[in-house]
Amino acid sequence: MAVSVRAAATPLDVGRIRADFPILSRKVHGKPVAYLDNAATSQKPRQVIDAMSRVFEDHNANIHRGVYEFSETTTAEFEGAREKVARFLNAASAREIVFVRNATEGVNLVAYSWGRDNIKAGDRIVSTVLEHHSNFVPWQQLAKDVGAEIVMIDIDDDGRLRRDQFTAALKGGRVKFVAITYTSNGLGVVLPAKELVAEAKAAGATVLVDAAQAVPHQKVDVRDLGADFLVFSGHKMLAPPGSGAVWAPEATFERMRPFLYGGDMIMKVSVEKTTWNELPWKFEAGTSSYVDAIGLGAAVDYLEAVGMDKIHEHELFLTGYVLPRLEDVPGVTIYGPKTLDDRVGVVSFNVEGVHPHDVAQIFDREGVCVRAGHHCNQLLMAKLDVPATTRASFYLYNTTEECDRLIGAIQAAKKVFGV
Amino acid sequence: MDDMYRDYILDHYKNPRNSGDLPGATNTYHDTNPLCGDEITMALLIEDDKVKDVRFKGRGCAISQASASILTEEIKGKSLDEVKAIDRQHVLENLGIPISPARTKCALLGLKTVKGAAWGLSEWPGDANTAGIASGKE
Repeated sequence: MAVSVRAAATPLDVGRIRADFPILSRKVHGKPVAYLDNAATSQKPRQVIDAMSRVFEDHNANIHRGVYEFSETTTAEFEGAREKVARFLNAASAREIVFVRNATEGVNLVAYSWGRDNIKAGDRIVSTVLEHHSNFVPWQQLAKDVGAEIVMIDIDDDGRLRRDQFTAALKGGRVKFVAITYTSNGLGVVLPAKELVAEAKAAGATVLVDAAQAVPHQKVDVRDLGADFLVFSGHKMLAPPGSGAVWAPEATFERMRPFLYGGDMIMKVSVEKTTWNELPWKFEAGTSSYVDAIGLGAAVDYLEAVGMDKIHEHELFLTGYVLPRLEDVPGVTIYGPKTLDDRVGVVSFNVEGVHPHDVAQIFDREGVCVRAGHHCNQLLMAKLDVPATTRASFYLYNTTEECDRLIGAIQAAKKVFGV
Repeated sequence: MDDMYRDYILDHYKNPRNSGDLPGATNTYHDTNPLCGDEITMALLIEDDKVKDVRFKGRGCAISQASASILTEEIKGKSLDEVKAIDRQHVLENLGIPISPARTKCALLGLKTVKGAAWGLSEWPGDANTAGIASGKE
C-alpha cells in the first residue's frame, strides 16, 4: 500500500545518490541528461556495475558445476543474491525465488507451467485494462488454447480500478485465475493489491501479481500480500537487464512441472526417465544469467541501504512537485490520478496539437529522456481513447531541477508547433 | 530538433494537402503504426491507369502526416506504374530532414498506404500474421 504523504521536502540526499550513477553526468545534445524514463528501465549505480565487473575480472566460472575456487565463489555470490532477494521481499526462504530474465518470462513460466495444467475449458481468467501486455497476452493466448474465458476489469475516470466490477466478476463464478498488476506502468496508479488478492482467494481463485513497477519503488512484502505468484524485473530497480524473479510458496512450486527443460534443472537423467532438481533450480534450465543475478543482489543492497520508504517518499515528493506545474501549462492533459494517494512517480500526459512522439523528439534535444508511445498498454490507451501518451517517470536520483526542465521542454515543444 | 521540425514539415502537418474524403475513389487503403498510433487512410481515383485524384485522412505525429501530405502532391497525375515504383529512399530524401531509425516507420506510413491503394490491396501481405495484439517494448 502506498503511504499517503505530502512531502514538502525529499528525505534523500539526492546529490550523494547521483554521484553513484556514472551515466547521470553525461550530456546529451550539449545538455546534462535528465533521465525521466525509469518506468522503462533504470540507470545503474557504480556498486552494481562493479559487482558485475568483479565477477568477470576476478572469479568468473559457471555456477553449480566446478569444484574449483572460481566456480565456488561465483556460485556463492549467485546464491547469495537469491538470499538477498528473498530477504528483500520477505519471502519465507530462498527456495521461493526462481531467477528469470524478466517479469515477462516470469509470467510465461506461470502460464505454461501452472496455467496449462490447471486452467481448463470454461474457466474464467480475470485481468484488468491496466495490465502491461506481458501480464495479459500470455493469459489471452492460454485462454484461446484451452477454451477459457477472459474477464477484463475497467478503470474509473481517475484511472482507479473498478472495484465493483472486480467483485462482480468474482461473484460471477468459475474464476480460476486472477492476473493483476500491483502498479500501473501507464498511469502510476497503485492498486489495493492486498485487498484484491484476499478477495480473489476467498473466491477460490489463484492470483498472480505483476510487481514490475512496485518492487523498485516501495516496500513489497510477499507474505503480507498473500498472492500465489509475484513477478518482477531487475532492470527497473538498478539491476541489469536479464535479471528478475518469480516468487511463489514452495508448496506451489513443488506441485508445478518445470517450464524449460535442460541442464541444471535435472537430478537424474536416463533414456527412460528424468527427475527434477530441487527448488528453485528445477525452474532454472541451462546456464543462468548469473552475473546479472549477482548485479541484482548488489542493487538490492543499494536500495536497502537508501531505504525503500524514503525512495517512495522521494518519488511522491517529485510527483507532488510536477503535477501542479503540469496542470498550469495550457493544453496539457494529465492521465491518471491528480493526487498523491496510492500512486508512484509515473506521470502520463499529452500536449494538445503535438503528437507524443514529436514531444519526446523535442525533449531529446533538451536532454530530457521520456517515453512516448503506448507503453505496452494498448488496452489502457484504448480506454483513454488516445493513440499514445508522453510519460515521465521518476526514481531515487531525479531532482526538482529535472522536473523544471521537463516543464521547460513542454514549452519548447509548444513553441516549435506554435500551439 | 530544428533540423527535423522545419517550417514546411510543420506546414504540411497543420495544413495537410489533399486532405479529406474522396467521393468516387476507386482504390482505398488504410494502415497504422500500432507502436505510435499513427493512422492513415489513402484514397485514390484511378482513371486510365493514372492517379486522377488523391485524398488522405489521418492522425499521428508530424512526420507521418507531413510525409503523407507531401506524397499526395507528388503522385497526383502520375501513372500507376510510376507510383508503384516510388521507393523508400525517394520518400526519405524528399522529406529533406534527418530521420532516425525510430522514426522511419512514421516517415514511411504514407508511402505504405499509397502503395497499398495503388496495388489495390485490402491488407498488407504478411501483416495478417501479426494481427491482434501488436508487439512492443517496455
